Amino acid sequence: MTAFLDTGNAAPVPITAVPEVTVGRFPETILDAVRGGRRLLLLAGLRSSAKGTRLVAALADDASGRIGLVSTVARDSYAALTVDCPAAHYFEREIHEQWGIRPEGHPWLKPVRFPHGGPAIDSTEFFQVAGAEIHEVAVGPVHAGVIEPGHFRFNCHGEQVIHLEIALGYQHRGVEAALCGSPHKRSIHLVETLAGDTSVGHAMAYCQLVEGFAEAACSPRAKSFRVIALELERIANHIGDLGALAGDVGYLPAAAYCGRLRGDMLNLTASLCGSRLGRGWVRLGGTGFDVRSDGLEALRRQLAAAERDMRNTVDLLWKSSSVRARFENTGLLTRQAARDLGIVGPPARASGIDRDSRRDFAAPTYGDRSPAIAVGSNGDVFARAALRWQEIENSLAFLDRPLDDPGGGPVLTPVGALAPNQIALSVVEGWRGEIVHLGVTDASGRLAQYKIVDPSFRNWFALAIAMRGQAISDFPLCNKSFNLSYCGHDL
Amino acid sequence: MLKMLLARARQGNRTGTFPAEPPSLPPLFRGKPVLHAAKCLSGCSICTEICPTDAVQVSQEGPLIDLGRCIFCDECAKACPEGAITFSLDWRLAATERSGLCVAGDAQPPVAMLRDELRRLLGRSLRLRQISAGGCNGCEVEVNATGNIVFDASRFGIDFVASPRHADGVLITGPVSENMREATLMTYQAVAEPKLVIAAGTCAISGGIFRGHREVENGVEGLIPVDLYVPGCPPHPITILDGLLRLLGRL
Repeated sequence: MTAFLDTGNAAPVPITAVPEVTVGRFPETILDAVRGGRRLLLLAGLRSSAKGTRLVAALADDASGRIGLVSTVARDSYAALTVDCPAAHYFEREIHEQWGIRPEGHPWLKPVRFPHGGPAIDSTEFFQVAGAEIHEVAVGPVHAGVIEPGHFRFNCHGEQVIHLEIALGYQHRGVEAALCGSPHKRSIHLVETLAGDTSVGHAMAYCQLVEGFAEAACSPRAKSFRVIALELERIANHIGDLGALAGDVGYLPAAAYCGRLRGDMLNLTASLCGSRLGRGWVRLGGTGFDVRSDGLEALRRQLAAAERDMRNTVDLLWKSSSVRARFENTGLLTRQAARDLGIVGPPARASGIDRDSRRDFAAPTYGDRSPAIAVGSNGDVFARAALRWQEIENSLAFLDRPLDDPGGGPVLTPVGALAPNQIALSVVEGWRGEIVHLGVTDASGRLAQYKIVDPSFRNWFALAIAMRGQAISDFPLCNKSFNLSYCGHDL
Repeated sequence: MLKMLLARARQGNRTGTFPAEPPSLPPLFRGKPVLHAAKCLSGCSICTEICPTDAVQVSQEGPLIDLGRCIFCDECAKACPEGAITFSLDWRLAATERSGLCVAGDAQPPVAMLRDELRRLLGRSLRLRQISAGGCNGCEVEVNATGNIVFDASRFGIDFVASPRHADGVLITGPVSENMREATLMTYQAVAEPKLVIAAGTCAISGGIFRGHREVENGVEGLIPVDLYVPGCPPHPITILDGLLRLLGRL
């Protein structure tokens, strides 16, 4: 690993210290690390100069919580990693789209977000399965529910899906570009709207990153409230997903109760910060709101009451044979596929991968206290549903500590100037999985480059793989079991 | 089956009492701003400078907020040294005219009831097709919530349907991204006349926090005619419900 510069979560290093290898050695350097057990955390273009475009790769060592950085300068192409490291496939498509650098040998080099000035989404080629009895089903961008837009192209033989291609980009609104020059007055609001249901998760990734550059430390109290905010967001979304899964198989009692319970969780968040989605809560230097001890006591009582009702509801769900018949052995994602594709979050854990950044990259927010990490094994819809419930249970148990003793100090500590000419990555386990933000500061300490990896960016392909061989009528159920973000992907 | 009935008894009736009673909103809720002109210092423009979406203006008559641009972040209220801006618990934010969203003092955005003919047609049964056009999913979360058992919009005959062909109108969220422009227009055109258009959330009204990005249209304004504007980032389900009910003459 000598080719890599070693760093940690939200720990800036000088941009000039990142080793630069030749474009010929770049792929092999990364592949060696992957073969040695490291995981591709991020692969992105940084900036163009007369010499070419600088590409940077971040490799995670989940066991030690360390991140290795390596870079190269590519003039117009390099040898694609995707063939040997499928987890790179989407990053390489993005590099091609954003920088025009061609990963030679990439099997499917389509645009990712269809940015301004490029081709239209429906003008590009879709993968086609050939054969006399093959038919295609096209769905979207406007779908049946109150849901974001995306286009799904199924190649089917009868009812069976042979291949699904997911074309996104409809929600592209130019957030990465708008974040350049941060911190500015729009920055925190832009990260809170990267994915509305993950307002807290993305705000935390951004704040952690900027605080890292400024060497600013939040008080223990602020960290406790951040943890409470993030775990409440996780519980609200997970219970909502369980209700939506119940709704997709027509089991309406659980769908109705979970919908109400999700709202209760959002209301708890609103009682602490005024916004059901947690907007305004996480701020640079800590949190925007303090909570008094009677507020924490009330929160504990309400969480206990909600837990009883949630337990009652999921008990109903697990014991209904008609629900289990639809959930079990549907939408299988094998452990190997999850590993190869670099899948993160609940879908990875439900397929037996023991990985969670709350434990693996605990600094700077979770520190030495991280919740118990649930890991499943089957990788089907049931496993993803059951895992969500286990995560709710673990989060509720874990919240006892910060609720008992949130610690002291001001909730908001001023954040000073950002160190110039540094690079850093911030990793946060949002409810959908690992969120990664990368920033590079310029000579004046402004963020000259900003890169966002929402967990959905990695996980959409897992849905396509899980649909292979499934009945097309199971698509809504499989889709909901992943519940990925369109806006988080499209940025 | 018995378990299901026991659970039903246990979970109880959870449907809210709005609109028979005012909603109970948390003390920190950021609803309609109240602007105290008398407190506003002449020559000071901290609020306009700090606002991330240029929603606040200061004139001789004191501060003015365009709710169609406001993301209810509270930064102006926190920054004002004189406390001339406060955010109240008032959930009633919707307006039928774009200009009605520009508020001073403690003015209430006005909602004009639909004309009789439309009200006869839609007043007791309104089917909407939702179009998500470049938003962040925040508005979608709250629009979805209007259908849950707590807010239960279907009590009033308001439902979201799967196809524009089944709809009496569209409810649009998001700033209308360039990549969703055509699909938004096609979906609108697929709804039979007469039809309503509801712009829900600050993005749909003005582009919100994404205003000015070359990738977005700055909302539906100018693309299609709007019948109801519902500000918020995102609007609370009660705010959405309140706007719809007043438009339909049900409140």
